[in-house]
Amino acid sequence: MSTVKFYDREFSSRLLIGTALYPSPKIMQDAIRASGAQIVTVSLRREAAGGKTGDAFWSLVRELDVAVLPNTAGCRTVREAVTTAKLARELFGTPWIKLEVIADNDTLQPDVVGLVEAAAILVNDGFEVFPYCTEDLGVAMRLVDAGCKVVMPWAAPIGSARGITNRDALRLLRDRLPDVTLVVDAGLGAPSHAAQALELGYDAVLLNTAVAKAADPVAMANAFRLGVEAGRTAYEAGLMDARDFASPSTPVVGTPFWHAVS
Amino acid sequence: MRVTINGEQRDIAALRVDALLSELDYEGTHFAVALNFDVVPKARWAETELKAGDEIEIITPRQGG
Repeated sequence: MSTVKFYDREFSSRLLIGTALYPSPKIMQDAIRASGAQIVTVSLRREAAGGKTGDAFWSLVRELDVAVLPNTAGCRTVREAVTTAKLARELFGTPWIKLEVIADNDTLQPDVVGLVEAAAILVNDGFEVFPYCTEDLGVAMRLVDAGCKVVMPWAAPIGSARGITNRDALRLLRDRLPDVTLVVDAGLGAPSHAAQALELGYDAVLLNTAVAKAADPVAMANAFRLGVEAGRTAYEAGLMDARDFASPSTPVVGTPFWHAVS
Repeated sequence: MRVTINGEQRDIAALRVDALLSELDYEGTHFAVALNFDVVPKARWAETELKAGDEIEIITPRQGG
């Protein structure tokens, strides 16, 4: 399988995984290892006085020896997202930021107007932005114009496990943005959903809940690893086009008792 | 003086960021600090002065998706 590039860094794994919602820190670590992921997402939160919650979590992540992609989850304005990104750069020492600007609490629908504005500000400040967006081609093109080399459309709302709900739009994004690293981020529920994204030519998938909330997160992480590998391998092998009518796979010539209709 | 720390109003004696962290008994090693929506790099905590009405955010790494 070919490698995937995020800005100037190359990776062999095409699965990015989140660090939230696992039953325990140990299961989080085991699941991430089983997923084969080389990039994990993390967030920033307020620390109470005297607290060491951040330190404890951070040492668990560092033991995994993976690249860290901080997010701006929960930010609702451009100002909040930009400041959170700068705090992430200070804290994690990376120019990478998974940029989220949220419009609506129930759907966690991205505020694509604020997203484009924040992306432009951050790119100009030297960030390497991974924007979480909808499947809208116009928005994706504006993000690329702003300097994003990675674009991450949703499959479905975050944590919904519904899989790819707008396949045609995702296919269009891939066709129109052949040189951009495209990641399906959010809404995947099953390894088959991940495989579908990779079969469409997406470079990678990012998921969290589908693994963390599985009955056995470690086994599910492995299943997603296999799904991603199957999808990418199929894409590279070249899938046949769908057709409307049957076409016999068994040779017709030499069929017993067959004779041409006169 | 009265400032806002992580969204809560507090009366503090500290005049600079590093003194504030000591005053509030922050013991961990991985924080970032924002003062009125601007990041204050760790190297400048000792010299950055606080004033009444400041909004201070003290944040750490946490689980995320």
